[in-house]
Formats: sequence, structure tokens, C-alpha cells
Amino acid sequence: MFCNHPLNKLPEHLPTLNIEGLTVAYRQNGRWLEAVRDVSLHIQPGEIYGLVGESGSGKTTLALAVLRYLGQYGMILQGKIELNGKNLLDLQPAEMRKIWGREMAYLPQNSQSALNPTLRVGDQIAEILHYQLDMGMKRAQRRAVDHLREVNIADPERVASSYPHQLSGGMQQRALIAMALCSNPTLLILDEPTTNLDVTTQAAILELLVELISQRQTAALYITHNLAVVAQMCQRVGVMYAGVMLEEAAAASLFAKPLHPYTHGMLSSLPRLGEGKASARLQSIGGQSPPPGQLTSGCVFQPRCPLAIEVCSENPALSSPSAGRHIRCHRWEAILKGEISLPTAPGMESPGRMEASDKEVALSLEGVAVRYPLRRTPLDILRREPGRSVRAVDELDLVIASGQTFGLVGESGSGKTSLARAILGVADRTEGKMELLGAPLPAQLSSRKRETLRRVQIVFQNSEEALNPYLTVEEILLRPLVTLLGLSRQEARDRVPELLRAVRLPAAYAVRLPTQLSGGEKQRVAIGRAFAARPDLLVCDEPVSALDVSVQASILNLLCDLQVENRSSLLFISHDLAVVGYLADVIGVIYLGQLVEIANADDLFKPPFHPYTEALLTAVPTLETQSRQKGIILSGEIPSPTEKPGGCPFHTRCPRLVGEICKTQAPPWQRREGSSKRYRCHIPWMELQAAQGKLANGEIQAG
Amino acid sequence: MRREADSLTLFAQNGAAPGRGRRLLSSLRRLYAVPSAAFGATIVIVFLALAIIGPLIAPYEANQQEFQDARQAPSKAHWFGTDHLGRDVFSRVLLGASEVLWLSGAGTLLAVLCGTGIGLTSGYLGGWVDELVMRLFDSLLALPALLLALLMLGAIGTSVTSVLFVILVVYTPIVARVVRSAVLSIKTRGFVEVARLQGESLGWILFREILPLVLPTLAVETALRFSYSIFLVASLGFLGVGVQPPSPNWGLMVKEARQSVSLTPWALYYPVAAISLLVISVNLMADGLKRVLQSPVE
Repeated sequence: MFCNHPLNKLPEHLPTLNIEGLTVAYRQNGRWLEAVRDVSLHIQPGEIYGLVGESGSGKTTLALAVLRYLGQYGMILQGKIELNGKNLLDLQPAEMRKIWGREMAYLPQNSQSALNPTLRVGDQIAEILHYQLDMGMKRAQRRAVDHLREVNIADPERVASSYPHQLSGGMQQRALIAMALCSNPTLLILDEPTTNLDVTTQAAILELLVELISQRQTAALYITHNLAVVAQMCQRVGVMYAGVMLEEAAAASLFAKPLHPYTHGMLSSLPRLGEGKASARLQSIGGQSPPPGQLTSGCVFQPRCPLAIEVCSENPALSSPSAGRHIRCHRWEAILKGEISLPTAPGMESPGRMEASDKEVALSLEGVAVRYPLRRTPLDILRREPGRSVRAVDELDLVIASGQTFGLVGESGSGKTSLARAILGVADRTEGKMELLGAPLPAQLSSRKRETLRRVQIVFQNSEEALNPYLTVEEILLRPLVTLLGLSRQEARDRVPELLRAVRLPAAYAVRLPTQLSGGEKQRVAIGRAFAARPDLLVCDEPVSALDVSVQASILNLLCDLQVENRSSLLFISHDLAVVGYLADVIGVIYLGQLVEIANADDLFKPPFHPYTEALLTAVPTLETQSRQKGIILSGEIPSPTEKPGGCPFHTRCPRLVGEICKTQAPPWQRREGSSKRYRCHIPWMELQAAQGKLANGEIQAG
Repeated sequence: MRREADSLTLFAQNGAAPGRGRRLLSSLRRLYAVPSAAFGATIVIVFLALAIIGPLIAPYEANQQEFQDARQAPSKAHWFGTDHLGRDVFSRVLLGASEVLWLSGAGTLLAVLCGTGIGLTSGYLGGWVDELVMRLFDSLLALPALLLALLMLGAIGTSVTSVLFVILVVYTPIVARVVRSAVLSIKTRGFVEVARLQGESLGWILFREILPLVLPTLAVETALRFSYSIFLVASLGFLGVGVQPPSPNWGLMVKEARQSVSLTPWALYYPVAAISLLVISVNLMADGLKRVLQSPVE
């Protein structure tokens, strides 16, 4: 039945999922806007198929179409969706309900909203077994515990009788996996299942998924924007853009030799682990994805394509360079033969990595601690116990030289944002000594002078939050000039075009409101505002983590350029080691409010590593397909700062635990001549280096 | 990322940058798309129009007494009949509209201005200022509105100014609370923090950064307060502590007509109908505003 279709030449057996020529549209203001256009794919049992694309590319719509869960405004206009040979589009809603959970399961991104907060986790799993497999409720509850054990939950009985809010994010995600797989579905659809998790947790979840899927021979559709995760997980990959499948190939060949200019662009816009800004500037794709439904004639990627020629204004046909590989591009043959090559950017003029010692000090912190007071219970007051507090940042020392980029890495809950807030002067309670350019920096914003305010500015993660939706871009950009530089409104207004030019936005954007900008453009405005008053220190709190890959690269490049122009220092906070490694001169790794390792960016990726850094490094997925190092997978989650472990704070999760000493004594700083690296551990330099030596032999540079 | 995509599509549809005026117009159009709200808004506009042109079209003076025509049922000469003193009920209802509307309108406006100022400041500053203001308002809210109004009018005497003052005191705490709770969620947002880091003044932060985001909530609350004010003004008139006779206040008219309800029921029915219709319409409009302004599409 599908053999006559050109896409399906090779199936040895029936594919679990077979999609042919699928077109899905949403109704908006009386018009049908196509979100997915003529997409075909098939997935074999036991295969993980990766569907990659930026936001708005239609990947989630495709998943919802397969689930037949598009809602009242969505409609499948054309095509065929077959699950185990039966066409889902012929089924009535009641018949679909029997397929959900039984033959087909869905693992959503947001575990918090996917679990019912009012039901115990075990009961939620039992419910599926009860209704889908007609199991008695008592038996289903016992089985639920077994299913929780299968997803490597150590004490399944406790988890089964817990409510979702009592579990950590990673644990919730495990429970959801147990829920999705409990009825042994033939198809599993995963929609960004690890996007909200820390890298260490992500690594553990991914490993679990690979194991369970291959064990059960489930067919899996893995949707994500993260190319590295796809490289680790999937056998075959489809790249979607603006609702169209541009390229489809086996993962290994796609990452080794991308044929479509878009795939190539995405891959080269990713910072690689251990590669700094001095070696190569990140490649960014100009422009932005078209809004859904905007029908372009010709190739959808043509407006942004560096290789576009005249013929590209015609719709390219789907061609197949080799078995199992499909591409929608007019120029793939020329790219394959190497007649034309995709442009690569030259290395950027980097301010150079500098030693902290030979430069003027921009920011120095000594014994800085940030506390959040806990509410005293009536019992505490009766017992006359003093008010307790949580230390989010604990006795931290830090020096940032002027003009330097200091990267701060850590999991969520490690205290990175609290430290940033302390430096900005908006933390609740800050102790310790802070100095900016040699002058004391008051802990409270209200006691800072205007000149001090000018010197420290911020770029937030979420530009949605950072820009007032009711102020125009011009107003947003001119305010710091008025308040911090003391210019008149007219003088400030005259300088707005200059600021817009600096962040590479057209001057006409001055009259726009933030809602009329794309995510990347908003972040540009936020960066323009931060640099407007020429600050000496710019704090960037995850400035690119909410952006698409292709946009992320251009924002990182912009930050670099503006920093050099303004000679500002940068405190760059991120959970993404590759991004920090790319941008930073010096990197600090923070765990539970304490720095555990500091090194120049090039030294950080050489052993010895603090065991925590080592865990972070091995957890980061890289673009090398199927190369997952059997690295360290950290057990458990970061402890709550209210119950901080004594001795070395990392001892509860440390894979290289020495013994009793780790639990009782705070570890010393280990350092060595000839290396900028310092780490805080009981294990001496040589010993740790020998143990981690294998990592030096190239495995870590995999990215 | 999802929201980004949404705003992108929205932008694609709206085309070029819509100005403030066009946004207001589109809000109005959306208001009229809700049938009940369209009904409410229309009636309110009719009442407003009648209040303005009332003196021009009223067939009789409000207090023009024609004893020979007293207690007449509705007829061609007296559409709504006449009361026990021979006054034309239609003219009195018509002329009473302007009084009710301006008293409750002005009172609401005062309460909203005051409440917004206090709510913004108290919510943004937080700490002991907030605690003090809110506990003070709690104690005011502990008393039923009408009881509080009676107590105050008893103390300061009855006049138009004192009725305005009563509306101000009774409704300021409620508006302030609503504004404050909106401020609490807005003040933690990034752009407010950035404004502080840029050394913006308190006034700028309150009125340029925070207030525009409170406005939708405030518009709904204003409409609601307006309907309650109409009711309060009428109730005070009915209890005889508000506006004094011979003013054509609807509440007062109900009070006077109540004594002779068996003889001249029309003198009671029409002012009651006017009060109910106006209050219901304002409420419907408030409800529509809520749906239009606080829906997820911004």
C-alpha cells in the first residue's frame, strides 16, 4: 500500500507510524493558515525519529495532528496518518480515545502541568491501567509501583503515594515516562521532554529513554529544538522549517554532511563545547522564520538562504540523494559535489583572553553572602528561636578584571541568579564586601549614587519580561540616557537611531511596541538599553536561553561586539557550558552558592576537573552522533539550600567521594603553577588528573 | 517561545503598528461583539444622552405642581402619570437622570483617582507603609457600606458634597485593594527592576511603568464602582439622608411614592425601573469590559 510511494522504498516491515503528504492548518480570523505543509515520514518499531525545528516550524502541530488532538481551530487538510497500518483519519473520536494511552502515548514538555496536582502519582498511573487495560483498581495500583520502579525510581512506593508537587522536576518527568509507557504503546511521541531540566538531569532521563525504547521496541517521535540531543538519541532526523520538511536523513550522515543550507546554518550557529570566541565567530542565519501561514512562492528558506539563486523562487521538489535521505533544495547537488560551499565566518577580533591580575579590577567580591529570611513559625516565636534564613550565596569571593567576560555556570538552584541580584543591589539581604572599580559598592540599590547605577546594568533572560509592553522602542532606549547620563529628552531622542544601529535594528523600529518585535529583536532592544549609558559592568542572566539557535548566535556575536566597543566587563550567567565556554574569558562553576572551580576558558576544559564540573561536562550532549560517553551521571538532585550538607557541599552527589573527610571538612583550593585553574576539592591535582586523564584524550572535545 | 510565535502571528495580521487611538477603537469594537455588553453600553449611552438633553425635552419642570392633575394614571399628557403633588413623573425621572449620573460619576471618579494613587504607592513600596494602609482599609471595609455612609452623613450633615465624600470614603479602599493586588504581580517583572536600576523616579515607575498595565483591571473596576455608586446614591435618597426634597432624585422619588403606592403605583414603578435598568446596564458593560480587556489576546 505504501510501496508505490517514492518515500517508502526501503521498509522491510510495516512502519509503526506512516505519515504521507500531511498538511495541517489553523483557522485564524476566518482564514486557514497552513502550519504543516506536505510532510511525509515513517518510523519503524524500535526507532527514535528526531524532528528538529525552531519555534513556529510546525513540529508540535505535526505531533498534535498524529494524536488527532488539534482542537477546534486546527484541521488536517490533506494527507494520511497510519498507525500500524490503520488510517487514523478515518477514526471517530470515541475510537481515538481507545488508541490514546493504549497504542500511542504522549510525553509533554511541561511535567508540572501534565500531572494532576490533586491526585497521587501512583493513582494517576493506575487510572490509565484501569481504564485502558481494564485492570482492577487495586491491581492497577500495585502495578503502578512496578512501573515506577522500571523508570529507575529508587523508592517507588514513596513516589507512588506522593503528590506531584512533592517531587523534583526530574522525578516528575520519570513518573510521566512511567505513565506513558505503562500500557506498552507502540508509538511514543515525545515533545521536548527534557527542555526544562538541568543538563545533569537531562543526561539521566535521556539514557533512561534510550534504554526503555530499545528494550520495548517502541517507535518514538522525538520533537526538539536541540540538535545535540537529537544527535545523541535518534537514528533518523527530519529538519522542519516553516511547516516544511527541508531535509531528512540518518542522524550520522546528517550531522557529518548536512546538505541543506538551513541545516548547515543551524549546525554552524551552535557554539561547540570548548571552542572559544577567539577561534571562530558564530555563524548566524540572517532574518527570522516567517509567521505561520505566510505563503511564500518557492523555497520557504529562500529569503534567508545565503545560496539563493533565481531558481529558488520556484518550489523545490523532494529529491533523494541516497537511500533514506531526502532533501528539498534546488542546489543540493552542487553542495554535495562541493562546487559551492556554504560561507563560514572568520574568527572575530577578540579582545583576547586576559589574565585577571594584569588588568584593572572591575568588580571584586569578598565573602559575599545572600540570605533569604525564612518566616518564623508561631512555634519558633514561642520557643524564642531566632529567625532562620537560607543562604543562596555563601561566602563567595570573585574578581572580574575590566574588559573581561566572566562566565558563571551552574544548575538551577546553584545561586547564580541570587549572586547577580546581589551585585545589582536588588537582593533581599546581602553581606560581605563588594567593590566596583575600587570604590565600595553599597548592597542596597537605594544607597547607590546615580554614577554607580550607570556603571552596572543588566540583560535578562526573558525579554518578554524585560521590556514594558506599553513603551515604544524609542522610549525604552532613551530613558537610560535621560536618567543616567542626564541628557535632555531631545538630545536623548537624537541618539536613539545611533543605538538602534549599534544593535543592528532598522531606525524605523523606534516607533514599535515590544509586542511587534520577535524574540531576538526584543533581546536586541534590551541589549541596546543596557549598553546605552556605557556601563562598566553588564550582568547577563541567561540572555540567550529563551531564543532559537539561529537567533542565539547573532545575539552572542552582538554582545561580543558591543562589549569590545564599550570596554565593559561582562558577568555572563548561563546553565549552558558551550555558550559560556564560547563567550567567557574566565569561567566559574558554582554549586550551592559556592564557587567550586575557576579557570580561564581554555584551561577549564582540560583535566583535572572538580568532580561537579566533570559531571556537567559529560552530561552535555554533543553533536557527535551516538558518542554518549558513559560519563558520570549524577545521582539525585541539587539539595535545597535550607539543608545544605556540611563539609564539601557536593559530597552527597559526588562520584569521586574520598571518605569521611568530604563530609566533615570544607575542602581546600587546589592550584598549580602554569595553570589558571583552581578547584575546591580534597583530591590533590595529580591524583585527579590521572583519574580523569582519559577525558583529556579527545573525548571531551567531541562537540 | 510559544508567546513569541503568537505575537508574531498577531503582528502579521494587524499589519503596521497600531497607534493608541486605533487600539482603543478596536477594544470598543470587541466590546460590541459581546451581545450583552453591547446592550449594556447602548443603554448607558442612552441614559447619558438623556441626562444631557433632558432639560430641553422634558415637558414639565421637575417641581411644577398641578394639583388638579394630581394622582393621574399614565396618559398622553403625562406619559408616566403624576404623583400625589401633581408633578409629572416622566419629567422628574428624566431630570433626575443627570443628578444621579453626575453624583455617582463624580464620586466614582474621585474614589478611583484616590484608590489608584494609594493602591499603586502602597503596593509598590510594600513593607510597613503597605501594612498600615491595608489594615486601615480593612477596618473601613469591615463595616457595611450603607452603615458607614449613614454614620458619616449623620456626623457631617447632608449635602451634595457630603454624598460625594461618602462615595469617596466607601469605595476608595476597594479600588485601592484591586490596584494593589495588580501592582504586586507587576512590580516583580523585569522591566520594573530595570527601571529601578536605571535610577528612574518613583513617579515614573508608578505612572509610566506600572499604571498602563493596571489600566485594564482599573477600567473594569471603575465600571463596577460606578454601578454601585448609582445604587448608593439612590439608597441614600431613599433613606432620606442623601439629597433632600424636592430634588428629583430617583431614590427620593421611590421613598415619596412608597407612601401612596396603592393610589399612584406608577410614581413608584418608573423611578425603580430607571434605577434597575441603569445599574444592570452598567454591570453588563463592566462584564463585557472584563471579557475584552482581560482576555489573553492583548
